[in-house]
Amino acid sequence: MTNTRRYFHSHVKARIAALLSLPIAWLGVLYIGSLAALFITSIWKIDTFTSKVVREFTLSNFIDVLTDKAYFNVTMRTVGVAIAVTIICAVLAIPMAFFIARVAKPKSRPVLIALVITPLWASYLVKIYAWRTMMAPDSGFLNWLISPLGLSSPGFGMVAVIIGLSYLWLPYMVLPIYAGMEKLPDSIIDASADLGAKPGRTFLKVILPITWPAIIAGSLFTFSLSLGDYITVQILGGTFQMLGNVVYQNFALNLPFAAAVALIPVIVMFIYLGSVRKTGALDNL
Amino acid sequence: MKITRVRKSVIAIAAGALLLSGCSSSDSESAGGAYAGPVKDTPGTINVLAWPGYAEDGSTDPNVDWVTPFEKETGCTVNVKTYGTSDEAVQLMQSGGYDVVSASGDASLRLIFGGDLQPVNLDLIPNYADVFDNLKDRPWNTIDGANYGVPHGRGANVLQYTIDKVKPAPDSWSVVWEPNSPLKGKITAYDSAIYIADAAVYLMSTKPELGITDPYALDQTQFDAAMALLKQQKPLVAEYWADYTKYVAAVQAGSIVAGTSWQVIANVLNGEKATVGAVKPKEGATGWSDTWMISKNTESIDCAYKWLNWIISPATNAQAAEYFGEAPANSKACALTASKTHCESYHAEETDYWSNVYYWKTPTEECLDGRTDVKCIPYAEWVKAWSSFRNS
Amino acid sequence: MNLSRTARIVLWGFMGFGLSFIYVPLMLVVINSFNKNKSFNWPPTGFTTMWWTKAASNSGVKDAILLSVLTASLATIIALILGSLAAAAIARYNFFGRDVISLMFVLPIALPGIVTGIALNNVFTNFFGGLTFFTIIIGHATFCVVVVFNNVAARYRRMGATFEEASMDLGANRLTTFRLVTFPMIRNALVAGALLSFGLSFDEIIVTTFTAGAGQTTLPIWIFQNLFRPNQAPIVNVVAAALIVVSIIPIYLSQRLTQERK
Repeated sequence: MTNTRRYFHSHVKARIAALLSLPIAWLGVLYIGSLAALFITSIWKIDTFTSKVVREFTLSNFIDVLTDKAYFNVTMRTVGVAIAVTIICAVLAIPMAFFIARVAKPKSRPVLIALVITPLWASYLVKIYAWRTMMAPDSGFLNWLISPLGLSSPGFGMVAVIIGLSYLWLPYMVLPIYAGMEKLPDSIIDASADLGAKPGRTFLKVILPITWPAIIAGSLFTFSLSLGDYITVQILGGTFQMLGNVVYQNFALNLPFAAAVALIPVIVMFIYLGSVRKTGALDNL
Repeated sequence: MKITRVRKSVIAIAAGALLLSGCSSSDSESAGGAYAGPVKDTPGTINVLAWPGYAEDGSTDPNVDWVTPFEKETGCTVNVKTYGTSDEAVQLMQSGGYDVVSASGDASLRLIFGGDLQPVNLDLIPNYADVFDNLKDRPWNTIDGANYGVPHGRGANVLQYTIDKVKPAPDSWSVVWEPNSPLKGKITAYDSAIYIADAAVYLMSTKPELGITDPYALDQTQFDAAMALLKQQKPLVAEYWADYTKYVAAVQAGSIVAGTSWQVIANVLNGEKATVGAVKPKEGATGWSDTWMISKNTESIDCAYKWLNWIISPATNAQAAEYFGEAPANSKACALTASKTHCESYHAEETDYWSNVYYWKTPTEECLDGRTDVKCIPYAEWVKAWSSFRNS
Repeated sequence: MNLSRTARIVLWGFMGFGLSFIYVPLMLVVINSFNKNKSFNWPPTGFTTMWWTKAASNSGVKDAILLSVLTASLATIIALILGSLAAAAIARYNFFGRDVISLMFVLPIALPGIVTGIALNNVFTNFFGGLTFFTIIIGHATFCVVVVFNNVAARYRRMGATFEEASMDLGANRLTTFRLVTFPMIRNALVAGALLSFGLSFDEIIVTTFTAGAGQTTLPIWIFQNLFRPNQAPIVNVVAAALIVVSIIPIYLSQRLTQERK
């Protein structure tokens, strides 16, 4: 083995370069380059007649974002929604994934996984409109279902947006957790039980820590997809808006300002990535 | 940088021209680089950017098709792309690749000043002669006598109300603006910065001391008053709308009973039985008038001209206006609509009806009402203020 | 595995709730595709097959589905090539900057779609002469690479390098080793990555909105446009209902495939 290694050692760099040149050209140059080109415009002005970018330096876009309380509020609300969606998805997905991977018969696993991911093929927009039918105040399906219990639908607004987004992104949470739990050897769980741990304790002390990176990996999807959404918010939000809406509204008329606002979710995401990097989650997507 | 400076001087000239356009002569001699013609039978392909329902090619409903006959007659190939809002139209047009666009007034000036369009030589469009006079040479389609397109149709942003929930029938916008409105929590408003103009229209009659004469030419004080009115309205609003489907669903579900609307939405709602009314309140209303315009970079100029002539021909204009639900621009179209009351219900021929309809225009820093002593708030700032307002 | 009665009941409960959470709205979509009412309201006002007939004669939707299938296939092919190349390099070799590069391969999924969308739109329209069919594919491939990369890299890490080294020690060259040893081992990961990548691309709307060229109507864009059109909304339900039914078969088959190979 060492012989082989040594023999190819001189070629390793060349081989890495050969493997990586295309992917790096695509993501490193095209994608990162596009991002850089976008964010550089945030320090430029626009021509108020044409709405086109004029390459003159200004900090006014950042000053507007930082001094107008509305943008602080919308950032907080957006991050709050993304966290809520992530928690709801995790709470639903962990037992579901555990059930599929550990409780269901091996034969029915592919059926169950197929059932969970099938909605990914039904259009995003159609699903969100279905949720309009569900959530409509007074006459929605949900109201029809729960009004005998004395409850009523929350109507359109932040709650509806959180439910709608949780619905859309749930499969992205189930899949990595399922993959993580499938890898668990039965022996570990049985060992924990043999040593006298109750199922709850086994779950908290054994299963959860081992699958934690997979949960974080799923949360990356749910968190980031929620952070940038603007279409669900338009349909289910009532009068509620999120950061994506601000970026979308200003994009056509004031690209520098839209770029300045778009920096907010990017910064939030980098903080999130930085804080989860050590868990090894990035290897578990 | 050089390009920027050149473009700036062009803009300055255009801006000066804009101020003069109110008193410009009506007939223009193919000003500023318009196609000299004649329109030849060059085959080609045109990419059409249109409001949904403006350029139907049968792909939605095989019986609704005025694109295929055009292709057969002219040998031009047409690809249609539709858009949902004026902002989207501008974004797509500026992304390039489209040859003609049906721009509303809040998009057209942005496109003209952005250098995305070319002036149109109306002598090459015989059907233009039949267009209603009060749609010709208006500030959103004509700059210093240079026409930038042909009118397609128009409509007012009406006040729609659910008949059995709103009694008596309203004749004033006050039900959607005043804090003591009995319809609180069941109101809707249009989800775009251009809706600030609706607030300005209401202020024109309720606060004449502000001196607003054009809801698209607001100085700082007038603009602040409009924004204050919107903030006052916000607690009344259940939802802001931008798409039909959402609006129609909400009215049928009863979560919305009144708000600004389009005649076509009211017609959809009244499809089976009359459930909503739509009025133009006494304060007047904002509205839209759409214009077919040609991209500066089109490679199929002959097909583009043929398209403009085709789309405003009496028969096509009647078909399109009826399918979409608006007043046609061609005066001869009224005789050709399938429903004989179409022009009547959309007030196509009533000059008076349109006298207090304030068509969408793009607000610019140079006040559109001709004032030179103050600066007006340009549209980019409207949009920013709208974002801030929606999230405050 | 041994679980207490309560634990089983709780797990069954979550699974049941989860599946009904997923399927009740989809059921509404199917019901609404037969609903006389045009605006998806509950309860339905009457039964009709009119929307299915209309959808069948709607040529726009067929073109849109074809375009979406084409886009998703091409984006997935690019993603398979780029993603497996990158995974091979990053999982097999240790080199300077590896962490930064592997973070870079997560970014297109981690950053919100609207940021990716407007960044690409800005560059395409200003430097590459505008939007076309290919710009959609470039946009989609950018985030599809991530899922292929992650699936394949995870498989590489799990299987280790011993088999390949053994193969080469026995005299097989790099190509033969790849064909007979490496590829069969990563095949499942490629299938899983491709499936997810196809699904992501097929239903993507935000990046597509900003990268689609003139006249390029993918299915999500077609659906979006039809919601802005009077009287067309119910057809959208028909299309979605049909897609759910059509898609469940390949998903099930691919799941069984990956399951059996283990």
